[in-house]
Amino acid sequence: MQLKVERRLEVPGWMSLLAIIVAVIAALFIGGILLAYGGLNPVVAYKQMFKIAFTDKYSLSDTLVKATPLLLASLGVTVAFRMKLWNIGAEGQLLIGAWGATLVALFLLPKDTSRPVMLLVMVIAGFIGGGLWGLIPGVLKAYLNVNEIITSLMLTYVAVFFNNYFIYGPWSAGGFGLTAQFPKSAWFPRLLDYADPYPYFRGMTAHTGFLLGVLVAFILYALFKRSQWGYKTKLIGDNPNAARFAGINIRRQIMLAFLISGGLAGLAGMSEVAGVVHRLQESFSPGYGFTAIIVAWLANLNPLLVIIVAYLFGGLLVGGDAIQPAGIPLMIQGIIMFCVISASLLTRYRVRFVRKDKVIST
Amino acid sequence: MTQSKTNETLALDMRGIVKEFPGVLANDDVDFTLCQGEIHALLGENGAGKSTLMNVLSGLYRPEAGEIYLYGEKVELHSPRDAIDAGIGMVHQHFMLVPTLSVAENVVLGDPSVSYIINYEELDKQIGDIAEQFGLDIDPKAKIWQLSVGEQQRVEILKMLYQGAKILILDEPTAVLTPQEVTELFKTLREMTASGRSVIFISHKLDEVLEISDRVTVLRRGKVSAEVVSAETTKAGLAKTMVGREVIFRIEKKQSEPGGVVLEIDKVNALNDRGLPALRNLSLSIRSGEVVGIAGVAGNGQTELAAVINGMREVESGRILLNGVDITNKPATISIDAGMAYIPADRTGVGSAPSLSVEDNVIMKAYRKPPLSHGWSLDLKEIARYATDLVKRFNVKTPSIKTQSRLLSGGNLQKMILARELSREPVAITAVYPSRGLDAGATEDVHERLIEERDRGAAIFLVSEDLDELLSLSDRIAVIYEGQIVGEVPPDDDRIEEIGLLMAGTAVASSSPAAG
Repeated sequence: MQLKVERRLEVPGWMSLLAIIVAVIAALFIGGILLAYGGLNPVVAYKQMFKIAFTDKYSLSDTLVKATPLLLASLGVTVAFRMKLWNIGAEGQLLIGAWGATLVALFLLPKDTSRPVMLLVMVIAGFIGGGLWGLIPGVLKAYLNVNEIITSLMLTYVAVFFNNYFIYGPWSAGGFGLTAQFPKSAWFPRLLDYADPYPYFRGMTAHTGFLLGVLVAFILYALFKRSQWGYKTKLIGDNPNAARFAGINIRRQIMLAFLISGGLAGLAGMSEVAGVVHRLQESFSPGYGFTAIIVAWLANLNPLLVIIVAYLFGGLLVGGDAIQPAGIPLMIQGIIMFCVISASLLTRYRVRFVRKDKVIST
Repeated sequence: MTQSKTNETLALDMRGIVKEFPGVLANDDVDFTLCQGEIHALLGENGAGKSTLMNVLSGLYRPEAGEIYLYGEKVELHSPRDAIDAGIGMVHQHFMLVPTLSVAENVVLGDPSVSYIINYEELDKQIGDIAEQFGLDIDPKAKIWQLSVGEQQRVEILKMLYQGAKILILDEPTAVLTPQEVTELFKTLREMTASGRSVIFISHKLDEVLEISDRVTVLRRGKVSAEVVSAETTKAGLAKTMVGREVIFRIEKKQSEPGGVVLEIDKVNALNDRGLPALRNLSLSIRSGEVVGIAGVAGNGQTELAAVINGMREVESGRILLNGVDITNKPATISIDAGMAYIPADRTGVGSAPSLSVEDNVIMKAYRKPPLSHGWSLDLKEIARYATDLVKRFNVKTPSIKTQSRLLSGGNLQKMILARELSREPVAITAVYPSRGLDAGATEDVHERLIEERDRGAAIFLVSEDLDELLSLSDRIAVIYEGQIVGEVPPDDDRIEEIGLLMAGTAVASSSPAAG
């Protein structure tokens, strides 16, 4: 007997969905074994995580807060991945987006700027910041064919030190690793801000960033489906030679994709500083930009599915924070990623057992 | 069939080899023998099945039927490793060497008997000795990146000899060599046969084949079309068997009525992917309502010429005009909008996006304009209508317009490409190997469509290696050799030998009847 791996001619749509579900279940199972090995009862631990993340209105709101940066950054990743451009530097683009928003909130616009103007300019600055950061690997890829995986990843570390320079140096509030707090006009409205007319919202910290994410998801969905840009993206992603043959300027499209991809990740950073921390500080993102890659992949690069998957992952972060040891959500994320990649490989290939002694197959 | 030596001295005997790829019978009951100490040339056009046969022999492909005997013993070759162990070594056209390693390191790479700690002095001496024995002038210590192409080829040969190859396959070894290097190579090959080894020599070049080989086997459309003793044949005779005589299919067409010049190629120079000259001062003009066929052995510039006039490759100098519009080094959109249609040779690699739907594939050149799109947005309803209509008009057999194009058969994929290109009523059409790999029915369909376009008034630029196709469709045949048009011949059956000789780079006085 011999194992033979062969390519499937056609991958049915239901199979990719099934693969993802099976992968998540398998990941939870493997994670459970590791939990049990660490002396925890996996059933109790998972129950506790679920309860904390999804059962009451406060936990649902907390989950929304965590889901927001994941959603925006995942949408960014989706744009690049659709063109088979492996931008894995969303974390760095997110950080620079946050930097751009901070620049506007603290230094460019006066404190008494009206809230809509302030937030709108911050959104633009966040998008441009992340977009320019994403454009660096884009330009290198388009003109010199430099591997974007390496450049985008490495630029993430550059972004960390770039921000650290500002928050420990010129922008530092009293020498700590953070800036001064933003003026109130630079805060995204939160549910709890409406607690006076609607007492139900008391204590709920979900903010406008999530709505922004949902809006972007629907816009992207429409663009992918029925715009010339969406068509070009699809064509280049499948066969760049055919795209060139059809007269598409591939360089320009690569750079545009990186600009939008980075810009959306930058929006995630902007939304995080405007909606949650209200200042720029060290390590305000626990790696949202990296988790976003898993989210985008799990959602099959479908912007509408990204909303759902980002929410579930937000739950994983909230639930994981609540139980000890704290490394668990990270571990489960890793296992999920591993399982999803294995599963998607198995949807494209099939494994067969063949008799070894048979040489000439007919 | 000539069986010059007895069975005892047969180094290799391949019997009834059949290898099928989806839609193509690449080897159809091929017999091939190789005597000990013989140089046997394998000749044929691109796609004739030479590489397939050799890949079967080197363990890369498994044949659907057929047997292989080495020195009288039946063998089964499951992998390249098996072939190497059995003493079969292949030098590919594209070398497989590690540039940063030395000659000696490359030669022993993959040899399990070399210990983890290498004694370089001993190794270099050992490799140097083998090189000397076969007259291969090469320094074992040199790094690969420092070597010329000819020297790298020697390293490949040395590697095969080191691995104990008794049968050496050389795939177009002279294509990359200078004339001096060719002489050197031939000397080495003679050394090898003198020591009892055997050589299979794949080539297009008739002069060389006659000079070096003992026997020649000619493949055509996957079958052996001739097996001759080299000393008993002539260049003209080989040219004739290579391009074939039998008429597979002749389309009925009326006399062409050419109009004004549509496509004008003026003194164009261009480079190939390796940066070497592919087109040299090439000029050609095509009028409306005529088919100009380009005949030539692969690699003489025809694919570069097709790319250049479609904005897929830049020219170094010269000018290309399409209906008076200068399209030289302009983006592909300019030539598309000026009315150029392009049927590329590589249907899945260039001509279509395999994972996208038939619908997405047929709009590739029309999506930018109304009625398919308004401003930046696509009109999905109109696109579906457009695609449905094309699929029907061009008789593309597909379950639905949403089906991925890679699931179509070769013939239907080509019909889909024709639908996209021809439905736009182009003023000029570039068709490269338009019927390669297609069955008779699909071929007929493609030919009819092209003649219809000619009669409508399109200027057609046809590149093909299949002389039957060229003779059947063309109103004029231009022969390309080393990036130049070396002659123009009317599409007349009696002129086949002349065309063959022009293709092989042997200029003949026009209309001299070459003896068979």
